[in-house]
Amino acid sequence: MQNRTLEIGVGLFLLAGVLALLLLALRVSGLTLGAGEGSYKVYAHFDNIAGLTVRSKVTMAGVTIGRVTAIDLDRDSYTGRVTMLLNQEVDNLPEDSTASILTAGLLGEKYIGISVGGEEAVLSDGSVIHDTQSSLVLEDLIGKFLLNSVNKE
Amino acid sequence: MSAENPYAVELKGLSFKRGERDIFKSVDLSILRGKVTGIMGPSGCGKTTLLRLIAAELKPSQGEVWVNGVNLPTLSRAELFDMRKQMGVLFQSGALFTDLDVFENVAFPLRVHTKLPEEMIRDIVLMKLQAVGLRGAVELMPDELSGGMKRRVALARAIALDPQILMYDEPFVGQDPIAMGVLVRLIRLLNDALGITSIVVSHDLAETASIADYIYVVGDTRVLGHGAPDELMRSEDPRIRQFMQGTPDGPVPFHYPAANYRDDLLGPR
Amino acid sequence: MRRTSLLERVRLFGRAGIDVVATLGRSVLFLLHSLLGRTATGNGFQLLVKQLYAVGVMSLAIIVVSGVFIGMVLSLQGYSILSQYGSEQAVGQMVALTLLRELGPVVTALLFAGRAGSALTAEIGNMKSTEQLSSLAMIGVDPLKYIVAPRLWAGFISMPLLAAIFSVVGIWGGAMVAIDWLGVYEGSFWANMQNSVSFREDVLNGVIKSVVFAFVVTWIAVFQGYDCEPTSEGISKATTRTVVYASLAVLGLDFILTALMFGDF
Repeated sequence: MQNRTLEIGVGLFLLAGVLALLLLALRVSGLTLGAGEGSYKVYAHFDNIAGLTVRSKVTMAGVTIGRVTAIDLDRDSYTGRVTMLLNQEVDNLPEDSTASILTAGLLGEKYIGISVGGEEAVLSDGSVIHDTQSSLVLEDLIGKFLLNSVNKE
Repeated sequence: MSAENPYAVELKGLSFKRGERDIFKSVDLSILRGKVTGIMGPSGCGKTTLLRLIAAELKPSQGEVWVNGVNLPTLSRAELFDMRKQMGVLFQSGALFTDLDVFENVAFPLRVHTKLPEEMIRDIVLMKLQAVGLRGAVELMPDELSGGMKRRVALARAIALDPQILMYDEPFVGQDPIAMGVLVRLIRLLNDALGITSIVVSHDLAETASIADYIYVVGDTRVLGHGAPDELMRSEDPRIRQFMQGTPDGPVPFHYPAANYRDDLLGPR
Repeated sequence: MRRTSLLERVRLFGRAGIDVVATLGRSVLFLLHSLLGRTATGNGFQLLVKQLYAVGVMSLAIIVVSGVFIGMVLSLQGYSILSQYGSEQAVGQMVALTLLRELGPVVTALLFAGRAGSALTAEIGNMKSTEQLSSLAMIGVDPLKYIVAPRLWAGFISMPLLAAIFSVVGIWGGAMVAIDWLGVYEGSFWANMQNSVSFREDVLNGVIKSVVFAFVVTWIAVFQGYDCEPTSEGISKATTRTVVYASLAVLGLDFILTALMFGDF
């Protein structure tokens, strides 16, 4: 009889442990099973992606519509190539939409904002966004500002 | 091997070192089958070590340990554990498993080594406990037993698998006279009734001499002498005489080796 | 009184070094003998269940209580710092990442070493000093397989689960403080957390960490018990050694693992 309570105790413990792992996976890390379904890939080239990381948000009008899945350097054009996964429901983005790297607040994280273009053709799996705006780099900005003031004199 | 060889256990040229210190140097010792053999000697001379060497719990640095025609130091770990089924050891403290009750303690060797049905195990356990006079204590836990009773339960456990060789490590230490008398009688009784070879390691002279058929006296890394108890009593060897008669000073000196006493007290610091 | 010459000191130092190496080697052999080869005679599964109870279930209370408090403290501290930058919503992210990556595995391992590890050492040491281990060996049952192996496995299995439970109750405690007490908006608390916590990077790495810690802590605890001087003084020394060595090993390994997992080189 005592053996029975012991077994039940151990069983409950194991269940609690597995449940905790599941909670961590689903509730805390927001892991969605079968990700990749219901989404399509779009590429964009940026002159400077400074600060953008994998898993950064992709937004449109402030609504998250996807996330960055890979960042690598394009050897031919010397630009940063960003791979994004966009939700399948947002399948009507014109081909000439603009992707820009934005900052949440003054010091917050970087994310990609997409603003709508005017063409008929829409982005589909594997298309490339050509119109891009790079990350704002503070050093460049200061450099430009200084150059301007020197030129004025 | 077994039937013709009159010795159940033979040590040949056995040496054992602990660190740098010699515990035994080239010891030869033979134990007759079916007899009670005492191994005696002053405390700290390595009697228990000798027992552990026979049980192959320790490996000798040199020499052979033959038990029932098998040289133990050459066996693998697994073979050794199989071999141990033929031996039983009664440890000084009894060494009962504290989380099991008396019944389960005695049943333990049967459960792990046999596939007997439950009723059979029950019968065997009760028979073994009856032999040591503790059938009534079957439901008690080890911490509810007195020291003497613990040893008797441990004895029942040691004979559960009907071993051929039974070893006792200091069975008389810390026992009241009644418990001691019971144990002496039990050792002799089990030896004769079951035809076991018994090895009793002890420094209690009177009790050991009263049950042993043959006695080895060890000390100072070797066997000092051996013979039947009354032979040893009459021995002329000063070391054996000192031990058998319990005189404080003799070949085994009262003083631990030290510098000159006078120099130590009055000499320069 | 006794003066030691320089040569003698060098000799002693060398001997101490050799002793350390020998102990290390002994502990590896001990582990191999316990885990490999023939399994325990008798019902191995029953033994494992018993040890899972003693090692895992009995540690549950301390893990849960510490987890809740640590989560609550993290939330309070995080809030007071983050609110200076106006980013209180990030408190969920901070609590979750801290717990999953570091505090979950590490604090669980430290508590486990103190609670279950010391108990394992004392229990096995006690069995050794009362000759129960010898007597098992004499019955023909390998104490490494019968006593040691189930305890090792129980430790290996329990600790990652305990660490997961620790993180979950910690996050729950943190959420309680942040949302109900400090008034962080519930939606952004969880959304921020889910956006920044990655399953592979954070959750899995945390689990890997606690598996490594489980292995090391249980190994140290069981070996110290098995290898101790079989006297009451020896057992108490071994118990202390378990807690000290295990804690140091956990903290040192944590640095190495963190550098490997999250360091960018």
